[in-house]
Amino acid sequence: MIEIKELTVRFGGVTPIQAMDLTLPGGACGLIGPNGAGKTTFFNVLSGFVTPATGRVRAFGDDLLALPGHRRARWGLRRTFQTEQAIEQLSVYDNVAMVHEHTGGHRRDRHRDVLTALDFVGLSVSPTAPVGALGAGERRLVELARAVVGRPRVVLLDEPAAGLPDEETGRIGAVIRRIPAELDAMTVLVDHDMSLVSACCDVTAVLDFGRLVAAGPTQEVLRDEHVVRAYLGTEEIASEESR
Amino acid sequence: MNVLEDAHRATAPDHARHPTAAIGHRLRQPLSAAAWPAGVAAAALLLPLFTSAYWIQVLTAAAVFSVAALGLSVLYGRVGLISLGQIAMLAVGGWTAERLGQTGTLPFWLVLLATGVVTGLIGIVIGLPALRLSGLYLALITLMLAAAVTIVLTNINFPNGGPGFLGYDPVKSGTVPLARPAIAAGDTAYFRYTVVVCALMFLLAIAHTRGRPGRAWAAIRQSEHAAVAAGINVTLYKLWAFALACFMTGVAGALLAASAGGLTVYQFPPQESITLLAALLMAGMYHFAGAVVAGLMLKAMPALLDTWGVSGNILLIVFGVGLVQTLVTSPQGIAGQLSRDLARLSARLRVRRTTS
Repeated sequence: MIEIKELTVRFGGVTPIQAMDLTLPGGACGLIGPNGAGKTTFFNVLSGFVTPATGRVRAFGDDLLALPGHRRARWGLRRTFQTEQAIEQLSVYDNVAMVHEHTGGHRRDRHRDVLTALDFVGLSVSPTAPVGALGAGERRLVELARAVVGRPRVVLLDEPAAGLPDEETGRIGAVIRRIPAELDAMTVLVDHDMSLVSACCDVTAVLDFGRLVAAGPTQEVLRDEHVVRAYLGTEEIASEESR
Repeated sequence: MNVLEDAHRATAPDHARHPTAAIGHRLRQPLSAAAWPAGVAAAALLLPLFTSAYWIQVLTAAAVFSVAALGLSVLYGRVGLISLGQIAMLAVGGWTAERLGQTGTLPFWLVLLATGVVTGLIGIVIGLPALRLSGLYLALITLMLAAAVTIVLTNINFPNGGPGFLGYDPVKSGTVPLARPAIAAGDTAYFRYTVVVCALMFLLAIAHTRGRPGRAWAAIRQSEHAAVAAGINVTLYKLWAFALACFMTGVAGALLAASAGGLTVYQFPPQESITLLAALLMAGMYHFAGAVVAGLMLKAMPALLDTWGVSGNILLIVFGVGLVQTLVTSPQGIAGQLSRDLARLSARLRVRRTTS
């Protein structure tokens, strides 16, 4: 469970997140909103890349903001990036092992844990393959494997299927759905793909211009008229969603 | 430099696409990465049988400069941190070694080690601005630090057995080289000693890049945010890289201090670090073998031109043209090209063997 209280982020005159109060209960949570709504900024606050002006973030009772960024990974916070960041110079195995060795995983468990994570995300390429030689979908899966290796407690996914064809998006969605149940880690999913969010997430929060517009069970939130107006916009998409 | 990085990323072996490459779960590559420094060192050890005393001295210097290039290769090629202070660090290593050697109590290997520790600590201090700066600004800062070292050394000089902390006696003219170890008193023996120590530095760098620090550096080089998200202490690993690069370069400087007739500040002009960068880019920034080639380019090529009666200054022009050629046609440099060609050759030979 993540509790956010009075969270405000300012960049000069811009306020990407304004007085946000939000409780993400656990399981799989969606976070949606139009471009510039503050979704990625919110993730960056959680990761420690952005220091908020005010506010508190408690994750499972711990004050997340008090920890330096790299310590949060050891605490159990993992994330993927909107533009995928699989490390090209390293092999698939080393990409995942790197997270394992820097988040307190034991050396004797490394081989097993890394292969388990690769298996969990369903990556079928050789563990020795250099990431630079992989396709976009495979690199997304490498990044996802990095996010689930070891003992994650909170997995932040920033548009994990951006730019992928529907088939691969479906595969990634299936992996995401298994994270809370099989790894006992809560998942926060930011995405524009409504079908992915509604397929993966039990609850969803909607941000618009740094403010929380709605939050609740995913299907209710997606039908909420404020959400339809603020985010989904056109009639076409709205009717598609209600179908 | 972006052209270079992109092209570097774009190249990847074809076999990676095939899962069959995983047969036997060979997750760690064999020790082949450590084999080539051993091979080069072994070849170098035999070299004195075929060359003159002059070339022995030249190749000793080339070995030393290849370690300076190695330091830059670790910093820029692995972590993405530029440093134009490598030659100055070589000078600091030389000074420290001469000063430590002057006490006359330390064995040679301990002088090398202690010098490396001192320059490694200095490296951490130099690394501090690198925590905030990168690219052109870091290049500028390190170049200015190098210039500052030159100014200081011009004033304090290299130790020549004088009194006090600085160990310089202005009345005595001339330089005093660091005393060589008893087992390597002659030029040829000292060349072999230098090659072995330099090979150890290469093995140290390889061990680092193949282990935990290497993985952390690769992540930092690509994206600091991704590194932090993976739990990597970016501050620690950046400083570690600077400490390692300066340790190795300091040891190399200590070797240089005993190689010829003592050191003078004119051997370490700050702009030489820029030439080092150019040579390393041509030789291959992303392969440690490139550092060996860069050392030869910096020290053996001028000597070669000299024996042909051509001015060594022409090298600056050659390097300039060569750099453009490298960046445009072969960003991996000579070492990268060589290893690719060798891989192709061995693949072709293997095919021939299986078909015949």
